[in-house]
Amino acid sequence: MSTTAVPDVAVAAVDEGFWTRPRKVGLVLLALGVLATVLFGALATGQQARFTLSETEGGAALEIQGTLGAILFGVVAAAAGGALLAGVPKRWFTLVLGVGLVGFVLSFLCWQVSAAPEGRNFMPMVNIVRGTFILALPLVFGALAGVLCERSGVVNVAIEGQLLMGAFSGALFGSLSGNVWVGLVAAAVGGAFISLLLAVFAIRYLVDQVVMGVVLNLLAVGVTGFLYERLMQTNADKYNSAPRFGNWEIPLLKDIPLLGPALFRGNIFLYLGLLLVLVIHLALFRTRWGLRTRSVGEHPTAADTLGVKVLGLRYRNVLLAGVVAGIGGASYTLALYSFTKNMIGGKGFIALAALIFGRWSPTGALLAALFFGFADQLATYLGAIGSSIPSQFLAMLPYLATILAVAGLVGRVRAPAADGKPYVKG
Amino acid sequence: MEPGEIHALLGENGAGKSTLMNVLYGLYQPDGGEILVDGQPLRLKGPSDAIRAGIGMVHQHFMLVPVFTVTENIMLGAEQVRGGIVGFLDRRRARREVAEVSARYNLRVDPDAVIEDLPVGIQQRVEIVKALTRDVDLLILDEPTAVLTPQETEELLTVMRSLKAAGKSIVFITHKLGEVKAIADRITVIRRGRTVGTASPEASRDELAALMVGRNVRLTVDKQPATPGRPMLEVAGLVVDDDRQIRAVDGIDLTVRAGEVLGVAGVQGNGQTELIEAIMGLRPTLAGTVTLDGEPIHGWSTKKVLRAGVGYVPEDRSVDGLVKEFSVAENLVLDIYDRPPFGKGLALRPDAIAASAKERIAQFDVRTSSADAAVGTLSGGNQQKVIVARELSRPLKLFIAAQPTRGVDVGSIEFIHSRVIRERDVGTAVMVVSSELDEVIGLADRIAVMYRGRIIGIVGPDTPREEIGLLMAGITPDAAGSAPAGDPTGVADGTTGDAAPTPESPGNEDEA
Repeated sequence: MSTTAVPDVAVAAVDEGFWTRPRKVGLVLLALGVLATVLFGALATGQQARFTLSETEGGAALEIQGTLGAILFGVVAAAAGGALLAGVPKRWFTLVLGVGLVGFVLSFLCWQVSAAPEGRNFMPMVNIVRGTFILALPLVFGALAGVLCERSGVVNVAIEGQLLMGAFSGALFGSLSGNVWVGLVAAAVGGAFISLLLAVFAIRYLVDQVVMGVVLNLLAVGVTGFLYERLMQTNADKYNSAPRFGNWEIPLLKDIPLLGPALFRGNIFLYLGLLLVLVIHLALFRTRWGLRTRSVGEHPTAADTLGVKVLGLRYRNVLLAGVVAGIGGASYTLALYSFTKNMIGGKGFIALAALIFGRWSPTGALLAALFFGFADQLATYLGAIGSSIPSQFLAMLPYLATILAVAGLVGRVRAPAADGKPYVKG
Repeated sequence: MEPGEIHALLGENGAGKSTLMNVLYGLYQPDGGEILVDGQPLRLKGPSDAIRAGIGMVHQHFMLVPVFTVTENIMLGAEQVRGGIVGFLDRRRARREVAEVSARYNLRVDPDAVIEDLPVGIQQRVEIVKALTRDVDLLILDEPTAVLTPQETEELLTVMRSLKAAGKSIVFITHKLGEVKAIADRITVIRRGRTVGTASPEASRDELAALMVGRNVRLTVDKQPATPGRPMLEVAGLVVDDDRQIRAVDGIDLTVRAGEVLGVAGVQGNGQTELIEAIMGLRPTLAGTVTLDGEPIHGWSTKKVLRAGVGYVPEDRSVDGLVKEFSVAENLVLDIYDRPPFGKGLALRPDAIAASAKERIAQFDVRTSSADAAVGTLSGGNQQKVIVARELSRPLKLFIAAQPTRGVDVGSIEFIHSRVIRERDVGTAVMVVSSELDEVIGLADRIAVMYRGRIIGIVGPDTPREEIGLLMAGITPDAAGSAPAGDPTGVADGTTGDAAPTPESPGNEDEA
C-alpha cells in the first residue's frame, strides 16, 4: 500500500485575539511613556541633569537639559511601547521592553536630578553602581542558597532565617573570639543549623516545606532577638563588637572607570559572592554533582532507579544552602554593621523573588539581585537629594520592583518539576 | 531464567507482576523468600545493587527526566567524569557510548535530543539503551507495549529478538496474549500474587486467558447493529492547547449520533484527553464550536455541560472521577447533590442519599463492605463501577467514557461494556476513548483515529487492525490505494461499513 505521512506542523488557524501578552505589556509601556513625557517633562526644570562618571563631582559627566531629557526619554519609552503594541517579532520582545523601561527610568531621573537643589543636582554613577552591588550582595547569597535547595527539590522559604542566623552567629562568635575568620565559620554553621532543621522536617518527616520555612524564619527572629536583648544589648563590647573584614583593592582592575570602584575595591564577601555565582553555575551544569542534583529536583524516582541517593543528596544540598546563606548573613555583621534585631528585614524574601525572577539559575539570580539592588539604591539616592516624592513611597520602590518583576515581566517560568514534593520510595 | 531467553510474565492488572519485578530490581524489599542469580542468593538493597548484578529494567512509566537530553539521562548515575573530585562530566565520551550502543542494536536515538520532545516509542528505546550501556545480562520490560502503536510494537519485538541473539535474557511483562505468543520462549502466568502455571508459546489464547483470569472469559462484546439517529454532538474546527500551551487538538471535526458508539482510537497523548476535556468545559477552547443537540456548549462551565445531559467517565478515576476519602454514597451523588431529592436549600438529605446509594450499589453490582465505606478502599473495578453508576443515573443525551476499563478486572470490564452498549441502545450518543484498540473495536460502531491532534481517519469496526494501526502511526492509505478506507479529512459522516473487505473478526485475532 502506498502511503502518505501526515505533516507534523500545526496548521489550524487560531484567533488568539488582538490582546496578546506583548501587546498588553506594550500598552502599559506606552501609557508609562506618555505619562513620563507629559508629567516628568512638565515637572523637570531647565537645569542641567548631570550623571557624573568619575569619583569626583567635577570629573567627566553626561549632561542633558532637564526638561529636554525627560521628554526625550519619555518619548523613547512611549515609542517602545507603541512598537510592542503594533507587534514586533518575538525575539525582539525583551530587547524592546528593556529599551522602553530604561527610557522610562532615565526620564524619571532627568526630572528628579534637574529638580534637585543647587549643589546636589547631579547623580554620581560610581556611587550608584557601587551601592547597587553592595545592596545586591545579601540577595545574591540568599538566591544562591535558594538555587542549591530548590534545584534538588526542596523549597527554601527559610532564606530569611538562614541569613539572620548567619548574621547573628557571625557577630556573636566574631566578637567572642576577636577573629573575623572564626566569625565567618560560625556564620556558616549558623545558617546550616536552620537548614538542618528544614532538611530533617522536610525530608525525613515530610512536613510541608513552605510552612516549615515560614516557621523557621519566625524561629530565627525569635531566637536571635531574645539573645540580642539578653546578651548584646547589655554587654555590647563583649558580644556585639565583631571585627570586620576590610576592603581588598585589586591592583589595575580597581582603576577601570565605573566598574572598578564597584567590583574591585570590595570586601571578601563581594568577591566570594561573585565567585560562588560562577562556581555554582559551572557545577550545576557541568559536573556529576550538578547532573544528579538537577535530576533529583526534576524526577527523583528516575534518579533513584539509577542508584542516585535521592535523600542523601537533598540533605547535602540543603545544608550547603545554609552555609551559603549564613555567609551571606555575615556580609552584614562582619563587614558593615553591628547586629541589630531582625536586621535582615525581608531581604531573604526578596532573594526568593530574585531566585524566581532569575529562573532558578545562578547567573539569572545574580542579574535579578542586581536589579533589586538598583531599585534599593535609587530609593536611597532620591532621599538624599531631597526628592519631592515622599520618603515612604521611595522606601516602597524595591518591593514595588519585586512585585512588578515577578508578576509582570517574568511571564511563565518552570520551576524544577519536583520542587517542594517530598520523595517517598515506592 | 536461561541466558538468551525471552520469558513472558503474563497476568491481569494488579496480579503482582510489576511488584515482583520491582523487588527484582531492588526498589522494594521482599518480606520473605530469596532471589538466586547463577545459583547464588542475592540481596538487593537498592537499584544500584541490581545494576551491579546485571539486572536492568524498563519501567512502565518511563524513568527519564523530561528536560534532560538523551545523553544526560543515560549518563545519570553512571557518569564518566574528568577532573578528579570536581567531577566534570565527560559528555563527549558519553555521547559516543550512546551512539555506539544504539548503532550496535539498531536502536536509532539521537544523543542530543531532549526527552520531552521525543515520541513515546523513541523514549522507550532510550530506556533500553540506558539499560544496555550498563552492561546488563537480564532486562526487565514492564508492560512495554501499553503506549505503543502496533507498528512500534512490531519494532520493539524486533529489537527484543536482536537482544536475545546477543545473549541477553529478557523478562517481558504484559497482559496482551498476541505479543506473548509471538515472542516468548517460556510463559509464566501470575494471578493474585501467585504463579498459577507455566505454558509454552504453543498454548492457545483461550487456554492462556483462562489461566490468567481463572475462568473462561468472553473476549468480545455482544451487540446488535446500531440504529443511529440525529446528530447529538457536533464538534467543528476545535483547537485546544495542553497544559504546556502546546497545541494538542488541532482543528477537529466530528459528529456523534444518537444511538451509536463513536470509538476514538489512537496512541496515548495524541490529543484525546484534551479533546474530551474541551467538550466537558474543563479546558478552554481556542477556536471552533461544540454543539450538543443543536445548542452551542463551548465556553460553558462543566457543571452546565453535565446538567445539559452529558455523562462523563474521566480517564483517571482517582484524580478526576472520585473523591477517594468520601464514602461510596457521597461519591454517587457528587453530580446532583444540591438538587432534590438529595439536597434541599442549604442542607443535604442523608436519608435520600443513602437510599439511592443502596439501590444503585445493587443495580451496578458494586462490591463494597457498605455504602459508607471510603471509595478509596474499593478495588479499581468497583471504583470504576461507582463512577459509571453515577454518570448513568441521569437522563443523558451524550455519554463520554475515557479509558473506561483501564486498570479494571476482567469481570468488571464485561459489566461496564454491557452497560455502555445498553446506554447506546436507549438512544444516547456514546463516545468511547481508549488506548486499548481491542476495546475500541469491540464497542464502537464507527472508529475515529486521532493522530497529533487531528482525526486522521474514520473507519468501520470491521477494518483490519493493521490498517487502524497504520492510522494510529499517522499513515493514511493513499487516495489511490487498494483499500477504500476512512475519509482522511475527518468529516464525520458516512464511511461506516465500506472499509476493507477482508473479513476478520474484531478483537483478539491479531498475529503480531
